[in-house]
Amino acid sequence: MTRAPALLALGAITTLIFILSLGAGKVWVPLALWFGPDPLARIILELRLPRALLGALLGASLGLSGAVLQGYLRNPLADPAVLGVSSSAALGAVAAIVLGAGAWLFPAAMAGAGGAMALLALLSWRQAGPVAFVLAGTVLASFAGALTAFLIAVAPNPWAVAEVMEWLMGALTDRSWPDLAQAAPAMAAGMALLAFTGRALDALTLGGDAAVSLGVRMGRLRLLVIGGCGLAVGAGVAATGVVGFVGLVVPHLLRPVFGARPAALLLPSALGGAALVLAADGLCRLAPGPGEVRLGVAMALIGGPFFLLLLWRERGSAWS
Amino acid sequence: MELTLDGVTVRLGGRVALASVSGSLRPGRVTAVLGPNGAGKSTLLRAVAGLLGPDAGAVRLDGRDVRDLPPRERARTIGYLPQDGTAHWNLLARELVALGRLPHRTTPAEDVAAVTQALALTDAAAFVDRPVLTLSGGERARVLLARVLAGRPRWLLADEPLASLDPAHALDMVARLREAAAAGAGVLLVVHDLLHAQRAADDAVLLAGGRVLAAGPAEQVLTPDHLARAFGVRVAPIADGARNLWVPIGRA
Repeated sequence: MTRAPALLALGAITTLIFILSLGAGKVWVPLALWFGPDPLARIILELRLPRALLGALLGASLGLSGAVLQGYLRNPLADPAVLGVSSSAALGAVAAIVLGAGAWLFPAAMAGAGGAMALLALLSWRQAGPVAFVLAGTVLASFAGALTAFLIAVAPNPWAVAEVMEWLMGALTDRSWPDLAQAAPAMAAGMALLAFTGRALDALTLGGDAAVSLGVRMGRLRLLVIGGCGLAVGAGVAATGVVGFVGLVVPHLLRPVFGARPAALLLPSALGGAALVLAADGLCRLAPGPGEVRLGVAMALIGGPFFLLLLWRERGSAWS
Repeated sequence: MELTLDGVTVRLGGRVALASVSGSLRPGRVTAVLGPNGAGKSTLLRAVAGLLGPDAGAVRLDGRDVRDLPPRERARTIGYLPQDGTAHWNLLARELVALGRLPHRTTPAEDVAAVTQALALTDAAAFVDRPVLTLSGGERARVLLARVLAGRPRWLLADEPLASLDPAHALDMVARLREAAAAGAGVLLVVHDLLHAQRAADDAVLLAGGRVLAAGPAEQVLTPDHLARAFGVRVAPIADGARNLWVPIGRA
């Protein structure tokens, strides 16, 4: 399949899943009732539409960040977790919950992400290679994880601990317009920054020296990657908790269709990430029983088999 | 357009990799850089490419310091083929060659024309649609050279492009680089093989311990005396048409 039809097909699939996710849930809302005078329409407008939009933005942020980081680090195992931004945003959020300042959860999480970005930019300053970058991110992630564990240990009441655990698992449950309004600008800004990395990521295919000889300004690229992923993933974590898997898996799933060139994977990864999160969230709501399956669980159930199938098909061939 | 080195000194990790190297390179000629391992050949190439800043001195292109050139202008002028021949992702050969057009921002038609021409020059058109990681080492080396040629640089710096090639493809590669020089480009070539160096080069720079041991027309630089001092080897002549080429036959 050539690029344009493949992109159209992916866009159509994502749109279809978006529409299905509006209808799907414990109460199935048929198309005819949407936006009408029927009381069921309020489910769509006030509950499902903001949730679906937030899910789509979150998935796009994670998918795009994953594709950019894999290209930047020239490593197919990279995902947004290597930056330490998710863990640091989670640390901010957990601090807000434990301190009983739940209303400040979003700004606290964004502050955590911002602090991580600044530290990462500082630690990888003047370092050309990807190794220092990954090490700095990994250290940040472990440090933020340790502090989070510390906060949970000293939390004054058990309800706060339960709330923290629930939040850390990541979900779109009960997210509504105010959550979307808070997170959307930062996610959009982050993705806009990441959209400017394509040419430089392509050049990095040839290695750092060759990329610089092709006119890539590495300092600028690093700031775009850190700032873009920090804003997009940080705001995503702040709004929904830690959602893994998407950033790692989506670029892999799409590489056989769209090719391995990093810039050619950016837009498809954003669309594919949105589709995966929306499908997983729909599955969460359709699961039998009164409660909802966690988003991360549903994601692994959908993405895992795809990923294994891909590995099985690609075995023995030049894997990249 | 002239490329001059003016007292270029580079320290890497406390060690002097290049010690006050001066000289000039002329367009339309192939200049071979030779020397024992650790002599500073790759460092010289990276300094000329503007990839590392000298601790003292400067590399100048028509009088302008290459480090002060805007990155994209420098990228259009100087093509750099690194030693390792990396392709981190399994791009199609055509996509990889097209990376050479990144600094140009020209129309797609111009880019396609340049890529097609580069592929024809390197005799790589037969495998344009194959993923690069499925190519043999020699095929990949040709595609990577085509990547640099597609940018149509006025200076072409190649770090040991012959290292992974069989004799026939190495001869082809030398021929391609000579054609690029004949078309007006200045070619700076790091090469270990003495025979290839003598066949490829108009001029030569012999480095040892970060210093220039000899520089000038290749037949005046690559002499038995110089080769003995640089490499510690004895050489014997073999006939190549009307002239003699020197081959190493033992330790000096």
